[in-house]
Amino acid sequence: MNVIETEGLTRVFTGRPDRKNRLRRARHVAVDGLDLTVETGESVGYIGANGAGKSTTIKMLVGILVPTSGAVTTVGLHPLKQRRALARRIGVVFGQRSQLWWDLPVRESFSILSAIHSLSAGDERTRTAELVDMLEMGEFLTTPVRQLSLGQRMRAEVAAALLHRPELLILDEPTIGLDVLSKQRLREFLVAQRREHGTTLLLTTHDMGDVERLCDRILVVDHGRLAFDGTLDGLARTVGARRELVVDLATASPDLVDLDGAEHVRSESGGLRQRLAFDPQHTTAARLLAAVSERAEVLDLSITEPDIEDVVREIYRATRG
Amino acid sequence: MRSLPPPARNPYWRFLVAGIRGQSAYPLATLAGLVANATFGLLKGGIMGAAVESSGGELAGYSAATMAAFVWLGQGMLGSVNFWGGSDLQARIKSGDVAVDFLRPVSVQAANVLTDVGKGLFALLPRGLPSVVIGVLVSSMVLPADPAAYALGLISLLLGITVSHATVYVVATTGFWLVETRGVSVLYMALSGFFAGLYTPIYLFPDWLLTLALLTPFPSMMQFPIDVLSGQVTGAAAGQHLGVQVVWLAVVLGVGHLMTRAGRRRLEVQGG
Repeated sequence: MNVIETEGLTRVFTGRPDRKNRLRRARHVAVDGLDLTVETGESVGYIGANGAGKSTTIKMLVGILVPTSGAVTTVGLHPLKQRRALARRIGVVFGQRSQLWWDLPVRESFSILSAIHSLSAGDERTRTAELVDMLEMGEFLTTPVRQLSLGQRMRAEVAAALLHRPELLILDEPTIGLDVLSKQRLREFLVAQRREHGTTLLLTTHDMGDVERLCDRILVVDHGRLAFDGTLDGLARTVGARRELVVDLATASPDLVDLDGAEHVRSESGGLRQRLAFDPQHTTAARLLAAVSERAEVLDLSITEPDIEDVVREIYRATRG
Repeated sequence: MRSLPPPARNPYWRFLVAGIRGQSAYPLATLAGLVANATFGLLKGGIMGAAVESSGGELAGYSAATMAAFVWLGQGMLGSVNFWGGSDLQARIKSGDVAVDFLRPVSVQAANVLTDVGKGLFALLPRGLPSVVIGVLVSSMVLPADPAAYALGLISLLLGITVSHATVYVVATTGFWLVETRGVSVLYMALSGFFAGLYTPIYLFPDWLLTLALLTPFPSMMQFPIDVLSGQVTGAAAGQHLGVQVVWLAVVLGVGHLMTRAGRRRLEVQGG
């Protein structure tokens, strides 16, 4: 079964009247004839620049925004006409909006949401215990939501969206603002949820790490149209997304050129710091480091992941030709 | 026959309780509200008492004692009845957080109105009761001896609180079209208190103004509950008050329902 199906999905925003010509209104096509199919159990990363149409698409998928034209069904339902039935079968996290009760303890929010989703008392207990355990929420379960750290609140938000075991989980920038450790925990949890429950996942993000660790299919949207639909490998091949190894050397050294599978990007401080780009499909960071160590003494290193903005920019450049 | 779920499993009951509990998180704000209530109660009591005295001890059916009851019961209701026109929903429509409301398998209107009614009910304890106690201590107000006045009065009070929050819900839903609804709130604030009997009993109005007031839901929010609670209106007349309140509740809920249904299609949630 297809969890998400859109056909010619379009949303046009009409702005205020033009100042020069009062009869005309500024039109902005946020989503432009989108045809999209997501099957049960898929894990899809929906990426694109700010204003590319990601959030607008999601809002139409869940029925909080009316399409200008085109058709959309989510878990087989009409999002606008069957709002409540749909709400029982999907879970949504908007990273910047909370579904928890600000003044009440986290536990109380879970309990109210369980009642909203008609879980039995027993089911509420087991499901809450399971989520509290997996997301390590025990220590702040009795804390009012307004006193949680961002990382704690995001875990609680994700748990809140999963209480009723939705078939489809939609995450809109779930890791925004989280530190490395919190991101890592959240990703591990999401991977485990998918494995156990077969939950279909659709997430928007600006974080390449989210995409790499969570998604087996990537959709890139540009000006409301699909610019890419395929696997992460395919995406990397298309744009040649490379990681960058930055090494600090003990002594100023000549440029590290002709290393296998790597390209010298530039040297700084007269060769004390050097940047090497490499394609993870051809070599590994460890192998490259070993090769560098044969030529110079390495004091420190860091690795930069390809920036999702760069990847998207490359895709845009390729498709706009 | 299908049995009803226990209250803890009924989402609407939980919204009501969430309102009560949410409000209890702010004891200092509640105390400040009580101090303001009491201060304005003293001023209002002084003015209205003088008005009764200067007209020979009786004014539009009020004696000094019943006028004092009008003043202090009214002050007691101020924390529970919404006369300022703003609400959480108003803010959430503006910020787009209302999206979360629509992603729950419940009625958005019932969830919001019940949460606000819950807040209003909570305020009866730390603001309502103390105001009445202060009134009894500092004024000549008398409370009715008939238990029926209390029973009917509580129902009327509950209806009054609910009518006010259901009306403020309608104010908030104009945000689906206007986004910024402070103007509508100010209009509500100007009209509601005046026609609800917040400043003077509406029975002091000239006939044409009283007629106008009675054509609005506002007297149902405060004047009628005070009439019944104070024992000023009893028997069939009290029943009539409750009947009018029920009709207004149905009207504002109906309007709110239609506004939600139409407004939802206008909703443009900004940003992520």
